[in-house]
Amino acid sequence: MKTLWLTQIAAVLRLEMRKTFFSRRGLWVYLLALFPVMAYLGHTIQAIQRRRPCDFGQDTNIFANGFQFLDLRVVIFFGCLGIFMNLFRGEVLDRSLHYYFLAPIRREVLVVGKYLAGITAAVVIFTTSTILQFVALYAHFPQSTVMAYLRDGNGWSHLGSYVLATILGCIGYGSVFLLMGALFRNPIFPAAGVLIWEGINSFIPPVLQKFSVIYYLKSFCPIEVTPNIGPLSMLTVNADPISPAIAFIGILAFTGLVIFVAAWQVRRMEINYGSD
Amino acid sequence: MLSNQQIVFENVSKFYGDVLGVNRVSLTIPPGITSLVGPNGSGKTTLMNLMTGLLLPTRGKISVLGISPQHPEQLFRQLGYCTQFDSFPRGFTGYQFVYSFLRLYGCTHIEAEQFTWRAIERVNMVDAAHRKIAGYSKGMRQRIKLAQSTCHGPSILVLDEPLNGLDPLVRAEVIALLRSLAEEGMHIVISSHVLHEVDMISDQVVLLSNGYVIAEGKIRGVRGELDDEQPMQVIVRCSAPSSLAAKVFAEDSVVEARMHKDGKGLLIKTRDPDKFYLLMNRLALNGIGVESVMPADDDVNSLYEYLIGSEESR
Repeated sequence: MKTLWLTQIAAVLRLEMRKTFFSRRGLWVYLLALFPVMAYLGHTIQAIQRRRPCDFGQDTNIFANGFQFLDLRVVIFFGCLGIFMNLFRGEVLDRSLHYYFLAPIRREVLVVGKYLAGITAAVVIFTTSTILQFVALYAHFPQSTVMAYLRDGNGWSHLGSYVLATILGCIGYGSVFLLMGALFRNPIFPAAGVLIWEGINSFIPPVLQKFSVIYYLKSFCPIEVTPNIGPLSMLTVNADPISPAIAFIGILAFTGLVIFVAAWQVRRMEINYGSD
Repeated sequence: MLSNQQIVFENVSKFYGDVLGVNRVSLTIPPGITSLVGPNGSGKTTLMNLMTGLLLPTRGKISVLGISPQHPEQLFRQLGYCTQFDSFPRGFTGYQFVYSFLRLYGCTHIEAEQFTWRAIERVNMVDAAHRKIAGYSKGMRQRIKLAQSTCHGPSILVLDEPLNGLDPLVRAEVIALLRSLAEEGMHIVISSHVLHEVDMISDQVVLLSNGYVIAEGKIRGVRGELDDEQPMQVIVRCSAPSSLAAKVFAEDSVVEARMHKDGKGLLIKTRDPDKFYLLMNRLALNGIGVESVMPADDDVNSLYEYLIGSEESR
């Protein structure tokens, strides 16, 4: 009986994984995750056709920029929006949430189960995407150059940092969008609000910056992006940088708080499909 | 009876914003089959959703066998609810649907498999169990929902319009199933528009109109309370209806006697049915050939007409 909640979380995971991984509705999330991979693959194919590899340092910078602007702010942000917003909201639209509410499971346990299912799906999809991007970008360089970068040039450490930032991005944004899906009947406007909030993170006072996911994620990006990308470079500046260890604890604490609020909200949730 | 053997509503109200769902409902539902009867929008589904925690009351308290609906982890070990929503998780077969939600009860794979097949067999869906629910007919969807809500062996079953979409044969089977479950001591709360069937299966009724409970109890008891306003109608089949009419009019409680179309019986309205039945016994003993005496309006249909029909026409 002590582990009943664990068994129930496993049952929710099984049910949700079916829906998240194998649904046609989620196809666009896969395409979104594939987009930067295709972009880097295109870059590599071009370089191969030119029969001349690019500048390694420049490509490393391209990846750093791409990761901060495209992966964190677009791919992972919108991908998590698609996955986590649907965990409750999607079931309300499908009119099937009541089956969960009519089972002998605490709603807090249900929230955790659904969140873990979302995390599993998001982490698998987006870390795969990050690793494939890395491979696609450096594929046209001679093997010796790539091996030297991995071994002596902190390549493995960079890749590890990007993967960690991806995972933490899924954890942080996942919790925010899970809450949005449970709180709002039409979560599009609140989601747009989050997008703006995350976007203006660099321009707001340092105290407020701590209430955003991107603030912590920037601490895990291993390479400072080049400042010669115009005003957009402002977005990548961390005015009040923190160590990765504190950022790690910070993002987990932030997520814990958001999940707690989501569980409280779901506990008060009513099934009233007619008005949705 | 102890409240931990009953479903109890204490002064419960539910408002959807400014719109009334139910108002000041105080109700006790004992074991057996209880039917919620009322027109659309009268509050039947709201009451069911309140007792299962799908809705939260604006005011008042609800207890189901002593358990608050705010504790699903306890309540749904005892209760199964077959809702009116004709929707299912996407892409599931009938078997997967019942099985997957059973795992939430903490069942092992083998237990869940056994319970799933038992529930599916009970609703005669074995052949279609591995087909996608999206391809089921309305009646099949209704039956698989019934299987899902009963698969864990609950002691309370709440059914919102469970006979909708079922063909006559399956209807009869479902009614028989409900009866046998009630005989085993199960609480069954059912809402239905098919008053004839409600009448056949119910031990007690709750009549609702515009969010208010307007009558509750055993059908005969509720009917008895209306005797002054709506005298009981009794059909008496006999060989000499004219002389019978003359004799029954001697009683104060008889307010009307009408000859039946075929001339072989009377439709009598009386304010005191018990006294009237005694009179019939006496007359039969005194040689008036009474073939049968049958109440004509102590069923749910008539109660509905008298109580809700008049409410609606106001």
